[in-house]
Amino acid sequence: MRHILSILLENEAGALSRVVGLFSARGYNIDSLTVSTTEDATLSRMTIVTHGSDDVIEQITKQLNKLIEVVKVIDLNESEHIERELMLIKVRATGKDREEMKRMADIFRGRIIDVTEKTYTLELTGTSDKLNAFIEAVDRTVILETVRTGASGIGRGERILKI
Amino acid sequence: MQISGAEIVVRSLQEEGVEFVFGYPGGAVLEIYDAIFKQDAFKHVLVRHEQAAVHAADAYSRSSDKVGVALVTSGPGATNALTGIATAYLDSIPLVVISGQVGTPAIGLDAFQEVDMIGMSRPCVKHNFLVKDIAELASTIKKAFYIAKTGRPGPVVVDIPKDVQQTLAEFHWPDSVNIRSYTPVTRGHPGQIKKAVSLLAEAKRPFIYVGGGAVLGNAADEVRELVRSLGLPCTNTLMGLGAYPGTDPQFLGMLGMHGTYEANMAMQNCDVLIAIGARFDDRVISVPSKFTAVPKKIVHIDVDPSSIAKRVKVDIPIVGDVKLVLREMLDVLKATGAKPAAEPLAAWWRQIDAWRAPNSLRYATSNEIIKPQYVVETLFEVTGGNAIITSDVGQHQMWAAQYYKFDRPKQWLNSGGLGTMGVGLPYAMGAQLANPDAQVACITGEASIQMNIQELSTCHQYHIPVKLVNLNNRYLGMVRQWQEIFYGNRYSESYMDALPDFVKLAEAYGHVGFKVEKPSDVEPVLREAFGPKLKERLVFLDFLTDQSENVYPMVGNGKGLDEMDLPPHMRDAQAAESERDYGNLC
Repeated sequence: MRHILSILLENEAGALSRVVGLFSARGYNIDSLTVSTTEDATLSRMTIVTHGSDDVIEQITKQLNKLIEVVKVIDLNESEHIERELMLIKVRATGKDREEMKRMADIFRGRIIDVTEKTYTLELTGTSDKLNAFIEAVDRTVILETVRTGASGIGRGERILKI
Repeated sequence: MQISGAEIVVRSLQEEGVEFVFGYPGGAVLEIYDAIFKQDAFKHVLVRHEQAAVHAADAYSRSSDKVGVALVTSGPGATNALTGIATAYLDSIPLVVISGQVGTPAIGLDAFQEVDMIGMSRPCVKHNFLVKDIAELASTIKKAFYIAKTGRPGPVVVDIPKDVQQTLAEFHWPDSVNIRSYTPVTRGHPGQIKKAVSLLAEAKRPFIYVGGGAVLGNAADEVRELVRSLGLPCTNTLMGLGAYPGTDPQFLGMLGMHGTYEANMAMQNCDVLIAIGARFDDRVISVPSKFTAVPKKIVHIDVDPSSIAKRVKVDIPIVGDVKLVLREMLDVLKATGAKPAAEPLAAWWRQIDAWRAPNSLRYATSNEIIKPQYVVETLFEVTGGNAIITSDVGQHQMWAAQYYKFDRPKQWLNSGGLGTMGVGLPYAMGAQLANPDAQVACITGEASIQMNIQELSTCHQYHIPVKLVNLNNRYLGMVRQWQEIFYGNRYSESYMDALPDFVKLAEAYGHVGFKVEKPSDVEPVLREAFGPKLKERLVFLDFLTDQSENVYPMVGNGKGLDEMDLPPHMRDAQAAESERDYGNLC
């Protein structure tokens, strides 16, 4: 099953490689990984999307907690949460595709952020599923390039990951 | 007053109370060696290979309550240290390894003797540090010791670039360590402990399974009190030997791949299992599904939450320091008077005694050829069971574990997790330096000993009078045994040809050597080696042993604990035994 893990870790050189090394050494999956500093410059927040049985997810969480630089780990799937991913997608936009692409962007609440005679570059945010749905919805042959950030997640309401 | 980074390293080690540093100099640590030259608070032991430095420091930790320290240079010094670091990591041994690194401006430029020590050691350390800022050097070393010895212990690497060693700074030794992201648990959850006690009180076939965590956690007294006060049967893992006394009648012997028949059968057929600082690894329980085929309730006490429910689901996990958790369990037991009912427990003991009766460690004795088991048994007699025993890896390791009865923790040093051949001699060195008054013997084989034989030179330089018991069967014995059983007697590359004359070799290094070929000579030679005349000398005892001897019992690949290959005298009985239903008996 797909899980979204939120990890608060010390913003130190090498901390990221410890997390990534742990996943590869123990054969865990990383579907996506995002990381950046938080409002507290000494801390980084990482979101890892992974999948595995409950036992595997339990081991991943425990192993992450064992890393000295990891401050806290939560599995967002354990309660209500919000997930967002950003995708930039460059598409061929000529002839009747130009209007169609504009319409599709509107339907998916995307924005066109760069325009040339032949291309649009769209910005879309949403759950990973929504971004997948967009890719499914448009004609594959017009897609020139995609770049995705991977999901970021946060708990709903009063559920806060902080030290 | 400002001092150099190298002097800060030395001062920090002094502050930590370090007694020995095991190391080898080189370009990137010359500054530190210069600082060592100018001090006499700790002693440096110059090994002959960096791997041995780490093993010796590891053994120093294993056989004492202190943290061993190794010092190596960058590049090949660092890579040579890695096997030692991984060995300590797999057995959770506290250790601080200081490695030199090329100067910070040169990092990443493929400089001479540059390797990414942090990157290479990352998967086999508890933590590692690259110190780029002189202001953080002392506090980092303090943190390294703290991390190494707290929680589940492990090796910590501190990589120090040469320019940092040369930079001048004030020395500030922090009073305490506070790492907000690292707060190891100590006390177990009281509710879980109460549940464990009630489960134990309801047990009909209880069993206590004790691992290396009880040795590392200094919980031997508590283990003994628990086992004795309730009259329970008990086993130790390879790493746990000595945590419960090996000569005690409530001890069923080691369990696992080469465990005794009674320990493995009790493990398989118990109804309540208390696991103490053990991790249900593949060499202990073999296949998890076969182990859980007989339903049992499991209490698992461990300081590391990730050890719990890793291979086997447990009913009552208790995360905490094993000593504190057991102490609290004993208090609850005392307060409530809870204990397993007498009659089912007596029936369980009758079953265990029946399993014990054929003696699965019995072997065919001989007047013609030296049986390796006989050498270990005689060593036990000659040393009064008091020696610190180290071993290498292979058949001799298992015979040492089976036939030398360890009555106290930290008396038995071996590479259980990584299975590193070549640890025996450097382990003996580290153990002897940590315990100068103890008799230290290394049980080894002619293959393993050659993996770090150069340390005979170190032993000579520092007058380390360890005794080497070489069970020389001219084979990689355990490899040969597997080839015999699983590979149709095709002994591919397992014969040790062109062996040196070990007696002459020992003499060439300045030691004493004996070659022993007759069973009748085993005891007199051991008595001489461990006698007063040779007390101050390293003695190399080369026993030519039976080449065809196998280690039994043996749980083969993919087999359950109750599907052991038994020694010849038990094989016929096994067929009849397998007809019986233990569930009904107990």
